[in-house]
Amino acid sequence: MSADATSALKAKFPQVTGRASADHAAVNVPIADLVAVLQYLRTEAGFDHLADLTAVDWAEGVSPRFTVVYHLFSTTAHGYIRVTANCADDTQPSAPSVVSLWAGANWHERECFDMFGITFSGHPDLRRILMWDGYPYHPLRKEFPLAGIETPLPDDEITAETGTKAIAAPMAGGPFVASVGEMNLTEAEPRAKDESWGERSSQPGQTPLRQVKE
Amino acid sequence: MATDFSFPDAAAKSAAAKPDFETEKMSLSMGPSHPSTHGVLRLQMELDGEILTKCDPVIGYLHRGDEKIAENMTYNQFVPYTDRLDYIAPLANNMAYAIAVERLVKLEVPARCQAIRVITAEMARISAHLLGLGAFGIDTGAWTVFMYAFEEREKLYKLFEELTGARFTTSYTRIGGVSRDVPEGWTGRVNAFCDQFLPILEEILALLTRNKIFMDRTVDVGVISKADAIAYGLTGPNLRGSGVGLDLRKDKPYSGYEQYEFDVPVGTKGDCYDRYLVRGEEMRQSVRIIKQAIAKFPGGDWYAKDARKIFAPPKDKILTSMEELIQNFMIVTEGPQMPAGEVYFEAENPKGILGFYVVSKGGGVPWRLKIRAPSFCNLSILPKICVGSLVSDVVSILGSLDFVMGECDR
Repeated sequence: MSADATSALKAKFPQVTGRASADHAAVNVPIADLVAVLQYLRTEAGFDHLADLTAVDWAEGVSPRFTVVYHLFSTTAHGYIRVTANCADDTQPSAPSVVSLWAGANWHERECFDMFGITFSGHPDLRRILMWDGYPYHPLRKEFPLAGIETPLPDDEITAETGTKAIAAPMAGGPFVASVGEMNLTEAEPRAKDESWGERSSQPGQTPLRQVKE
Repeated sequence: MATDFSFPDAAAKSAAAKPDFETEKMSLSMGPSHPSTHGVLRLQMELDGEILTKCDPVIGYLHRGDEKIAENMTYNQFVPYTDRLDYIAPLANNMAYAIAVERLVKLEVPARCQAIRVITAEMARISAHLLGLGAFGIDTGAWTVFMYAFEEREKLYKLFEELTGARFTTSYTRIGGVSRDVPEGWTGRVNAFCDQFLPILEEILALLTRNKIFMDRTVDVGVISKADAIAYGLTGPNLRGSGVGLDLRKDKPYSGYEQYEFDVPVGTKGDCYDRYLVRGEEMRQSVRIIKQAIAKFPGGDWYAKDARKIFAPPKDKILTSMEELIQNFMIVTEGPQMPAGEVYFEAENPKGILGFYVVSKGGGVPWRLKIRAPSFCNLSILPKICVGSLVSDVVSILGSLDFVMGECDR
């Protein structure tokens, strides 16, 4: 069924090309034709359920860098199709919104914007959804470090009340994150105990346990 | 003179009269820590009296960056993170994730492994629906249901612990198999649980199904039409409650679901009461599936023996054989070796359809892993269905949608 859908789609839109896939039928679409293709798939090919909408960042310096990925499902024929489109601009990526086709795309596009910084033109209410408003980064971009980045607190009132100016990078210093090139397992391990003293350095104000004669 | 029978009713009269006090809309924030928001969900509501005129769900309080974390670890290392998506049914998440990655390398696990996964996933479904009903009961003023439901969940947890070693965060599957075979006599104990569970389930449902208070609070409340349910990407009992009979276990079978006989219950109206009825019936069907799977429980291998670069062999073999030791070392340090490619797999979880989109560039770490969380999609319909309802109805609606924020925020 999916093969038929792909060939019918290619007959109607010659600019659509096939895409390598390990499972479902998959097509590449020029981003200008994205809405027209998805509209056709929804109304005429029976793919009425927008299963998933996401994006992939192919790393800094790669062009095209961002690809938006749509997974459609047919609730009648029970088949999937994957539709992908490369965003034209690598620094200011954007894609057309499909909220007019599926109301459920609203939150998916907001998440995509939040995580990758892809702006969806025509979206009724494009703001962050998982991170807070005013958060300066897009965490799922490849240049964003796993450890996180120190960020100003979102609310001035909280800053005034607590005296804290910034939220520390959540995972900096471990347990799972070690700085590249400075891998030291002893230091990267998680510990709760007081590490200011040990075998090599004595506890402040106490005589060393072991005296090594020179 | 003819009598005039057209009395203007009191409401129309007061509406026409100029009020002697100023009214204005009130904004109310419900949550993020509120007993009936089931976790850390915040609803920013605008009220006209007690009627909602606007509802804006604020999510993200439990955002942990699971997708970012997944890009930085091997495939097997991510299994414990899937426990913490829908933490009411970790076994079902484990299975969905494992199958998604196995599809990437086109690996089919042996029949015994498939049957184990089906049994555990259906037990997880019963456990999740019991909690869903219990919490829904509390939201609508029926405490007893919760107590009964938790007694049954405790029995399930005992069985989970015996099988996986953990009650809650099971991390049971591995890519290409499961972490261990079923213990001696375990299937018999699961069967015994099912036998004693069915009459108790009837008792639990009898507490709610014709309960006047419960029906008053759920019938015709939070109605979701068929078209809306599909447009918003609703799945699971919430979609089926609206009359769309989509169940991937039937429509796109995986892990051998095609061998089992079961029915897919659907609602007629799409209100909170229908969603409750669907969940109740699904538990009966899950018991049916478990009993069939145990009746024809296959022997043979419980993990993919031939997938030497995917599945680390059992511990006793690692400790006694050189080749297995090397195999284990490679899989632990480098991760299961995957070909380049992309795959999208969806499984029918208790909360709805859980999808994993895996993009691989080869090797043991995914390039991108997207989690399509059913609770995320199910909650996105709130601004639509809450408008026009009472604040107390919102509590019913939230209870009937049965979401988990761990999965929604990821």
